[in-house]
Order: sequence, then C-alpha cells, then structure tokens
Amino acid sequence: MIKLPCSSYGPMQMEVQKELLLEMYRRMLRIREFELGAMDLFKRGQVKGAVHPYIGQEASGVGVCMALRRDDLIAGTHRSHGHTLAKGADTKKMMAEILGKETGYCKGRGGSMHIAAFETGSLGALAVVGSGIPLAVGAALAFKMRGEDKVCVPFTGEGGSNTGNWHECMNMASVWNLPVIFVLENNQYAVSTKVDTVIKVKDLSLRAQGYGIPGVRVDGFDVLTVYEAATKAVARARRGEGPTLLVTESYRFEGHYAGEPEVYRTRAEVEEHRKLDPIPRFHKYLIDNAKASLDEVKAIDTEVKQEIADAIEFAKASPPPDPATAKDYIYA
Amino acid sequence: MSLGDDGEMTSKEKDATSLGSTRPVMSPDLIVQVPQGIPAKEMSYQEAIREALREEMLRDERVFLMGEDIAKHGGAFGVTRTLFDQFGPERVRNTPISENTIVGAGTGAALAGMRPVMEIMFVDFSGLAMDQICTQAAKLRFMTGGQCKVPWVLRMPQGGGAGKSTAAQHSQSLEVWFAHIPGLKVVLPSTPYDAKGLLKAAIRDDSPTIFLEHKFLYSFRGLVPDQEYVLPLGKCDVKRQGKDVTVVTSGAMVWHAMVAANILAPKGISVEVVDVRTISPLDEETIGASARKTGRVVLVAEACRSYGATGEWGMVVVEQAFDYLKAPIMRVTGRFSPIPFADSLEKGVWPETDDVVRAIQRTMA
Repeated sequence: MIKLPCSSYGPMQMEVQKELLLEMYRRMLRIREFELGAMDLFKRGQVKGAVHPYIGQEASGVGVCMALRRDDLIAGTHRSHGHTLAKGADTKKMMAEILGKETGYCKGRGGSMHIAAFETGSLGALAVVGSGIPLAVGAALAFKMRGEDKVCVPFTGEGGSNTGNWHECMNMASVWNLPVIFVLENNQYAVSTKVDTVIKVKDLSLRAQGYGIPGVRVDGFDVLTVYEAATKAVARARRGEGPTLLVTESYRFEGHYAGEPEVYRTRAEVEEHRKLDPIPRFHKYLIDNAKASLDEVKAIDTEVKQEIADAIEFAKASPPPDPATAKDYIYA
Repeated sequence: MSLGDDGEMTSKEKDATSLGSTRPVMSPDLIVQVPQGIPAKEMSYQEAIREALREEMLRDERVFLMGEDIAKHGGAFGVTRTLFDQFGPERVRNTPISENTIVGAGTGAALAGMRPVMEIMFVDFSGLAMDQICTQAAKLRFMTGGQCKVPWVLRMPQGGGAGKSTAAQHSQSLEVWFAHIPGLKVVLPSTPYDAKGLLKAAIRDDSPTIFLEHKFLYSFRGLVPDQEYVLPLGKCDVKRQGKDVTVVTSGAMVWHAMVAANILAPKGISVEVVDVRTISPLDEETIGASARKTGRVVLVAEACRSYGATGEWGMVVVEQAFDYLKAPIMRVTGRFSPIPFADSLEKGVWPETDDVVRAIQRTMA
C-alpha cells in the first residue's frame, strides 16, 4: 500500500493499491501513444479532418476517470481522445473511428471530434465548446430521479468555462444538488487565446463560489493529486451532497490541432512546460515510492506500444462505411 | 410576457375565435374527426395537450416535464396546470431561465433512459437553445453511429393572431427553422384531436421531436375520443375532400382554409384541404396525390414567405404533379416582416380567410 502525497485539496492521505497505480500509468501512456500515433497518421494525410491532441494533460483525464465506476458517465469536448481512453475505451475502435472506418465506435460517422463509447460510459465528444456540459447535467438528473448513485463528469477547458452553457449548468446542477463533477482542465490556451486575457480570476476554482458549491484546484500534471480530489468529489456526489468544481492546472504540449503553427507562444515556453510532463514524473514515482520494478514498468511500455501499433493496423485494414448506409441513424 | 389564460376560456364566444377575421366564424363543426357513435367529449386544444401529457405520464414513469414556470403556474399558457398537483415537483420540474440547458439537460436525461418533455415559453425564445436542439440533440444518434437515441419532445407555443398585439418577439411561426435540420421531427397540430394524438405519438417516438402549439388555437374546442388513440407522425391529414383545388396548409391556417372551402362550396368550387400536421419528415406522397387529383394548388402558411414551407410544398407539387397542373401554384403567406405592435401595422401581416378565398378563385379563373 502506498501513501499518497498531500494535495492542494486538503491534508487527507489516501491509500492506493499498486495495481491501480500501474493501471493509471498504463492509461496515461496509452493516451500519449495513441495521440502520437494519431498525429503521425494525420501528418501523413491518412487521418482526415482534425486531431486535437491531449498530450500533456493525461494525468487530468486519467486521475478523474480512475475515480469513476464503469457505469458513471463522462461527456467530452473536441479534445477527448484522452477522456474516452481514460474511461476505458478500446484503442482499436477508437483508432478505426478517427480513420473513418465502419469498425470504429461511431461506424465512421463521427471521427476524431465526436468519438462516443457508450459501452464504457462515454456520452461522447461534443465538439462545440461547452455544449457537452448540459448533457452531463441531464444524465445526472436522470440518476437522481431514479435514486441511482451514479455520477456524471463533464470535461471542459478553461475556455469552455466562459460559455453560457457552463454557467447555466453550474447553476442548475447546484440548485438541484445533482451528482456532477465539473472538471475544468486549464491547459492555458483556448486555441490561441491565453487564459489571463479572457478570465479575470487567477484561481478558476473561485468560480464555484458563485454557485454555492465547493471549488477545488489541483496540479493537473500529478495524476495522484487529481485522483484524490476526484475521489472526494465523487464520494460527495454519491452521497447526494451535490456537485463540485474540480480545476486541474496543466498545459497543452502540442498545438490546438496537429500541425498547427502555434504563432501565439514561444518554443521556450512550451519546452519549459514539457519539463512537467506527467508521465516521466509518475514513472519515477512508481519506481521510487510504489515499489514497482523497472521491469514491471517497462513491460507496460512495451505492451502499450504494441497495443497502439495493433490498433493502427486494425484501423487501416478495416472497411470504410458502405455508401448505401449513408442515411442510417438519422432517425431512431 | 404572459398572455394569461386563453385556454381557460370556455364560452361559446371564445370557442368561435375568428383569428381577427370579422367573418365567417371558425366553428369546431368545420373539422369533424370523431365519427358519430364513438364516445367522446369536447375539449380545448390546450386541454387535449394536457390530457396527452397526463396519460403518457401515467403510462410511463420515464416521462417527465421540465420548463420555466410549468409547475404551480402551469406554464405561460396554463397548459401544464394541475399536472404539478398530480405528479409533484420531480416530474413537473420548474427550471431556471436557461433555455439551452433545459434542452441540453433533456438530451442528457434522454440518453440516460428518461423520456423528457420540455417546454420553452414561446418559440421565439428557442434561439437561445438552438445549439442544443439542432447541433447536439438532432445529430447525436447519427454521429455516434446509432449508439444512442434521444427520445425527447420540446413543446413550444408559436404563431400570432390579429388584434393580439404580441409584437416582434412573441408572435413568430418558426417551424421551418427546425424542419431544415435532419434528425428532428417537427409537428404542428391544428385541432384538439390532432394535438392529443400527435403529442402522445411524439412522446413515444425515439427521435427528438419539436412539438409546436399554435397559441391562438389553445382555446379552440373539438371532440376528443374517450378511448386512447395515437396518431402517426410523418403523415399529412386530408381535412376535407375536394376535387377542384388543393389547399396545402398547417396549424391555424387550416381553419382559414376550411372556412374558405365552406364559402366557395355554394359557388361550385370543391376544395380539398391537406393539413401538413407533421412538418418534418414531410409526407410528400399525400401532397403529390392530392395535387394530381385536383390539378390546382394553393399553399397557405402563417410564417413569412421567403425560404418557407410553401416553397418546399410547392416544389413537391412540381416534382410529383407538374404534368397535372391546370393553373400556376398560388401562395398565401405571412408578410416578410417582423411582427409589428400597432393594430394599424399588424393588420395584414398574417393571411386571412379572404386571402385564401381570393387565391383559390384565381387558380380557378
């Protein structure tokens, strides 16, 4: 059993099984390798549309989703490969979807920006910033009306917290005491727009005060800190005590989309933040503090790399949707 | 704004509301939908909607209502009044003034297995919720490859009435906004019988359905069968059989068409009235068949003309009945203008019975 470090959430210390820690590592690495694979395919022209990489933010999605049960729900954004994988989605069906194949989660109808994996509790990626949040509130309302102890997590960026949706939802979920954990991932940029040019408060968790709910701000590069905060917020929601705003502070290592010129920030700034990379940091933690052997961790590295290679091969070999089915699924 | 309790008025005088036309009277006898001998009672359009909600809530515990002031107050027009007392605050749920989140939360609840019926006070306010209606709910099933369905109904009063002075932001007819979006169904009933049967169908349907209620029909009365019935979505209803001219119309305009048909019958003009009671998906077959039968077509819509429903219906006629046409297709529509407040300006903004009569006569000339 491992003692977690204190987080900015409070003085509580949690005990986490080593197996769970290794699974966190596996999921973070799976996201990283998936995104690198997707970006590579995009640069080769094999992935159409757009890819919005989650690289640098893996600890946030994984820390939150590892605190959830499979039957809890998440709702995502245009940048949600990471959330969906963190919730347990299958890499083959994910990769097939972004290549527009019939074997993808959405049978090639959605693509990178709209991957939904209902089988693992992902309501989907809604690619209009802020628009997925009301869905999470409504699902949470359904849980509450039926007396179920499930919770719902809408992910959004700091940019999304400026939408009317976000504020309407914070208000509605708090006044109805719904089991929602609003995860606000501050990756510092909305496309090219730096957070401090569009939001007055420095500590975004202060926004919770306006809605009478707890606001928590944690290091989004530290998966254990995120996990601990999410676990407390989830427990609170399951007890029927209502929503929490959880702000995870991190940084988007890549451009807004794969191949973006990034004229709005310096290379030096990006390199400075890459030193905070959550994956090597957690790797070191596993060896130094969790009694994991180098071989154990290396085995995960190898397995994940193979898994992504297999997913790419599966996706490439899969058939595209049949044009004769173009009008399927418009109506139920 | 609130228009008070139009639907509560039951006097014969109110039943015969003429939508501003001084003649003739719009009597419930104009549209008979329940055969003699079938047990039925007379109720208003508003009561019929309320009974549909009540029956479906009793039938299926997943059905619940959500909207602004719908609980004790009963909504802007009193449609949900008494349902709060029967079903309580969980299932007749007052919301904050947050149209986009009302609809979005309805979508989320639907994804999680409920069957919400949301109310937005006036269709004019739907602009606040268009992202959730058109960009989220309408597309979710499609873009997730059929992983989910969104079985909700969004009820919105719409339309205007001469002399009501509800002005530019509470009077519009916006059915085509929604009809342009694949994935949505759009329903616009013209009678109490249709309102009840179509709303029950919409609640049971697994696609998101926009249910538009003409606010000046709320007090219109008609017979509704005692026994349960459900009407099909996606079908036109021939409200009156005729052989000389087809009038294709919907909503409150159906009543103008029926009165016009009555005026012209003694003059030897036999008018068929096709009620497009589901705007989308459009039942092209019924429109085409009627146009081929009569060879003359008048299209009547309350909404303003440009890019409106009459353009769509007219093209269906062209595609399906061009060789049968004996006269140019005529259109009677609302003026292409925001709805004015002053009586002197409001007059003429919407079609009246006389306009429909004249258009029919021109196709016969």
